[in-house]
Amino acid sequence: MLSKEKHELLRVKAKDIRREIVTMVHRANSGHVGGSLGAADIISALYYHVMRHDPKNPEWEDRDRFILSKGHCTPVIYAALADCGYFPKEDLLEFRRPGSHLQGHPYQPKTPGIDASTGTLGIGISTGVGMALGAKLKKQDHYYYILCGDGEIQEGQVWEAAAFANKYKLDNVIGFVDRNYLQTDGYSEKVMPMDPLAPKWESFGWKVFEIDGHSFEEIIDTIEKAKKEKQPVMIIANTTKGKGVSFMEGEAEWHGKPPGKEDFEKAMLELE
Amino acid sequence: MTKYVDQGKNDTRSGYGAGMTELGRTNPKVVALCADLVGSLKIQPFIDEHPERFFQVGIAEANMMGIAAGLTIGGKIPFASTFANFATGRVYDQIRQSIAYSGKNVKICASHAGITLGEDGATHQILEDIGLMKMLPGMTVINPCDYNQTKAATIAIAEHQGPVYLRFGRPKVANFTPVDQKFEIGKALLLNEGTDVTIIATGHLVWEALIAAENLESEGISAEVVNIHTIKPLDDAAVLKSVKKTGCVVTAEEHNYLGGLGESIARVLATRHPAPQEFVATQDTFGESGTPSQLMEKYGLNNKAIYEAVHRVLKRK
Ligand SMILES: Cc1ncc(C[n+]2csc(CCOP(=O)(O)OP(=O)(O)O)c2C)c(N)n1
Ligand SMILES: [Mg+2]
Repeated sequence: MLSKEKHELLRVKAKDIRREIVTMVHRANSGHVGGSLGAADIISALYYHVMRHDPKNPEWEDRDRFILSKGHCTPVIYAALADCGYFPKEDLLEFRRPGSHLQGHPYQPKTPGIDASTGTLGIGISTGVGMALGAKLKKQDHYYYILCGDGEIQEGQVWEAAAFANKYKLDNVIGFVDRNYLQTDGYSEKVMPMDPLAPKWESFGWKVFEIDGHSFEEIIDTIEKAKKEKQPVMIIANTTKGKGVSFMEGEAEWHGKPPGKEDFEKAMLELE
Repeated sequence: MTKYVDQGKNDTRSGYGAGMTELGRTNPKVVALCADLVGSLKIQPFIDEHPERFFQVGIAEANMMGIAAGLTIGGKIPFASTFANFATGRVYDQIRQSIAYSGKNVKICASHAGITLGEDGATHQILEDIGLMKMLPGMTVINPCDYNQTKAATIAIAEHQGPVYLRFGRPKVANFTPVDQKFEIGKALLLNEGTDVTIIATGHLVWEALIAAENLESEGISAEVVNIHTIKPLDDAAVLKSVKKTGCVVTAEEHNYLGGLGESIARVLATRHPAPQEFVATQDTFGESGTPSQLMEKYGLNNKAIYEAVHRVLKRK
């Protein structure tokens, strides 16, 4: 059970992250606001409650890892990493600028707290599964949290990783599909139908949970259950793309469009 | 110097979109495929007019290349389009075996090529694609320089039997070549006659080469400017003719110097007419986030870089 105080903390952190997302993308005049906002609650739950990590010691061997397989959503992870103290908040001002370690897509060699370079969709989950296998070989007991987009899982590579994780019974892998039913060209089931999704993962040997990806209780309870499984787990998190900013919610056009001055101000008012 | 007028900045990917719209109306064999980037590839008008000739494959580029190869059976001409990185590196073996080795009439149409993709950064900025594609036996490689030329090239490749890699970009750039030009695959275009140095450029660097030539002219240096829109097959004769006259060459491209246009030119010269050459290209590095113009400046891919390269090569003449 999540205490009242903890729930409030996660809510506040998610809101701070959302404000930062909108600000970063507006300032850079480029970036992916919709998919970042939609994932803010999952990220808040992971970084402020679930994950074993130490921002002062980003190379700590026994930390849990998070892999942003849907690599375009850097604003959500950069906001959380900065707030946790992996790097100074001022660095966020340089998001997507030349020379900055905060590249458009995650750049593992440069950014403290980023454990895999991603950007090409479909590749992050393979890297994450490989890392999870590596941890098993070293008899380490930490977890790999891998966040995939629901458009991303149309990549065949995702299913190659899924088969592999089952074969080696990687019970240290806890994945999320950010099921917002939207991708660049619109409604995901129209772009490429993937439903029914849960049976697909199940038939690949994964334990599947379906949750409301904006409910901290559900996210956290489900992760607790996932840790008890002896197989890889996929959490299908039903989310609203653009969550928290009314005019962005469920709107495909806010996938990769930066908010101009007016929309930025409107969004920030809603995120007071 | 021959004057070129910018008819109004436009993006080369919109030239591709306009070419597709025209092909939709004129060539019923042409079909389009895309991997969740319809808006970026500017093919919505084609889809609106011919919904039954468009196939959305989702985020699955490897599959798209195989589907395109298969679609050629029965005489369809598939135009498979996505960002250049995902149209080449991500799917190299699908292209190599299913398309190039199998001799399939597939047009691989790649937007957001090079560093001018901008803010998304290195993961999306492919600077190796010309090399990857030109190494494939039988592959034609085309990198047009502006909107009008990209539109003309799109239309022209439908008439060409065999696999083609058509490379274009994201930002709005000068549009200075003739409207409704006839595009001849494999034919270099002499844009400005000169006697002291040859500048051979491709893609977005062609306009930059013209600006550099103008600046050089004011210093009394006469630069010949050649637009190589087709990197393979290369117009060897045009290259040799120009360099025999000027005695040195600067090549300019939005690509790694390894594997790009410059190396193709060097091959021609080394075997037939050795001459000093300087490369304006990226120096075996990945790109990074930034605006297109910031990155062109930082990575030495603009008229200033060409101008300086000319001064270097003249000293070696
Ligand atoms: C291999 C690959 N193809 C295409 C893209 C371009 N792209 C970036 S985001 C995106 C849509 C992603 O949709 P989804 O996975 O559902 O993410 P979300 O809705 O959470 O933003 C596409 C096609 C890419 N980054 N990688
Ligand atoms: Mg989605």
